[in-house]
Amino acid sequence: MNMLLSPFALIGRQTLALLAMIGRFTIFVAQTLSHMARPPFYGREFLTAMVNIGWLSLPVVGMTAIFTGGALALQIYDGSSRFSVESVVPQIVAIGMVRELGPVLVGLMVAARVTSSIAAEIATMKVTEQIDALTTLSTDPLKYLVVPRFIAAILVVPALVGVGDIIGIYGGFAVATGQLGFNPATYIRNTVDFLQFNDVLSSLVKGAAFGGIAALMGCYFGMHSGRGAQGVGQATKSSVQAAAVLILAANFLLTSLFFST
Amino acid sequence: MISFQNVHKSFGPKKVLQGVNLEIAKGTSMVIIGGSGTGKSVLLKSVLGLVTPETGTILVDGKDATSGDHDAFLARFGMLFQGGALFDSMPVWQNVSFRLLRGSLKRPKHEAREIAIEKLRRVGLTPDVADLFPSELSGGMQKRVGLARAIAAEPEIIFFDEPTTGLDPIMAGVINDLIREIVTEMGATAMTITHDMTSVRAIADNVAMLHDGVIQWTGPVAQMDDSGDPYLTQFISGSAEGPIEAVR
Ligand SMILES: Nc1ncnc2c1ncn2[C@@H]1O[C@H](COP(=O)(O)OP(=O)(O)OP(=O)(O)O)[C@@H](O)[C@H]1O
Ligand SMILES: [Mg+2]
Repeated sequence: MNMLLSPFALIGRQTLALLAMIGRFTIFVAQTLSHMARPPFYGREFLTAMVNIGWLSLPVVGMTAIFTGGALALQIYDGSSRFSVESVVPQIVAIGMVRELGPVLVGLMVAARVTSSIAAEIATMKVTEQIDALTTLSTDPLKYLVVPRFIAAILVVPALVGVGDIIGIYGGFAVATGQLGFNPATYIRNTVDFLQFNDVLSSLVKGAAFGGIAALMGCYFGMHSGRGAQGVGQATKSSVQAAAVLILAANFLLTSLFFST
Repeated sequence: MISFQNVHKSFGPKKVLQGVNLEIAKGTSMVIIGGSGTGKSVLLKSVLGLVTPETGTILVDGKDATSGDHDAFLARFGMLFQGGALFDSMPVWQNVSFRLLRGSLKRPKHEAREIAIEKLRRVGLTPDVADLFPSELSGGMQKRVGLARAIAAEPEIIFFDEPTTGLDPIMAGVINDLIREIVTEMGATAMTITHDMTSVRAIADNVAMLHDGVIQWTGPVAQMDDSGDPYLTQFISGSAEGPIEAVR
């Protein structure tokens, strides 16, 4: 009997755990937002977070974008040559990079690089009682650790996405002009003329949303880490997983908001 | 004054505190002793709101510890954590003067640094330690930096969780003297957890022994040796024979 019912018990337990987590997360976000509105504001932590999330992510973002842009140009050239419309390469590379691949790839890279490091750092602080120590030193951990990282990510990831878009387009440009015989001047003109304000705006808005998700997930799982080294590992893994999935889901939502009319 | 009234705390099925009653008078030094894992650290943390008891009240100067302005409340406390709990993202001196670099007690940077170096000296550390990072220190040095941080803002109430664990006998003596000094000269109220009976005799005005979730015995340190309490007697003598089981 017990054996038969245990799958149901398991499903029930997991559902309850999931609901509890959603509840905790909602409270966490609400508290973070309310702390953003109240002083003090920790400027130093904010600047450090900007450097860590933005500046130090540039190399990986650049590498990701340039290879993707190059591959994109090759694929589109190959596909479009079947219909003898090779001339669309610049336009499709631009739109593909700016609307989708730029923000999504940068978002995922930020999840891999930033979310994991935030989660591991905060979880270690929790496990070694540094979070408790902050509290006893009259410093709210949410205000001191979460708010600066959250705001920094929202501001700086759109910039990363912008850079990623440009480098990605450049990757496409380099392949198209170097290997596929496109005329550089025409390629650039086609790209610039084709992109609309809305494309760029959607790219940056996605960047802000993905940055916010990446930072919040790192902070949330870090703050709620279990005990010991295992707790830290678990928190890091869960945070990256959650950030990646939520970024992809948010991307779908934002794309439908911007482009489905 | 700190007063515990019937404080209960469990973690899941594990009952840790099961009705703790204890009074600590202002300006006195209370030492908590008791077996490993009996809930001494939990008891300290429950005063600061880091652990929330299920039932019971904790009064500080007659007011409920959980009510009122928590920031102002915490500003009166200093705490040395059992594991040091130093912030490894910043150098030692910024750890020590953390409170003096931000918030209501903020001072100019050079002043905060001077205070940090002075506090480091009091725990037996030289000024060149100030610019190292916590990960570059030995365990005992980290403990002492934690101690310096706890006393940096000259709080009225100080909690020390095993201040001399991991220190050599001479350094332990220095720390014992320091804690005694803070109580007698600065008039602070101290609550110290320790396993070191030499420390107990050097620091304590009063002693309380936590066992099985309750205060098994409490009284002035002078009465500790002839308390007639079998638990306390066994604990002091460190004997394996007695009412306290060796396997817990
Ligand atoms: N956050 C927590 N979650 C779950 N259990 C906990 C937590 N904190 C403490 N405990 C449990 O409560 C009990 C008492 O812990 P505590 O740290 O207070 O012991 P202690 O008396 O300070 O021991 P020691 O002398 O070894 O430091 C332990 O059994 C511990 O496992
Ligand atoms: Mg302890």
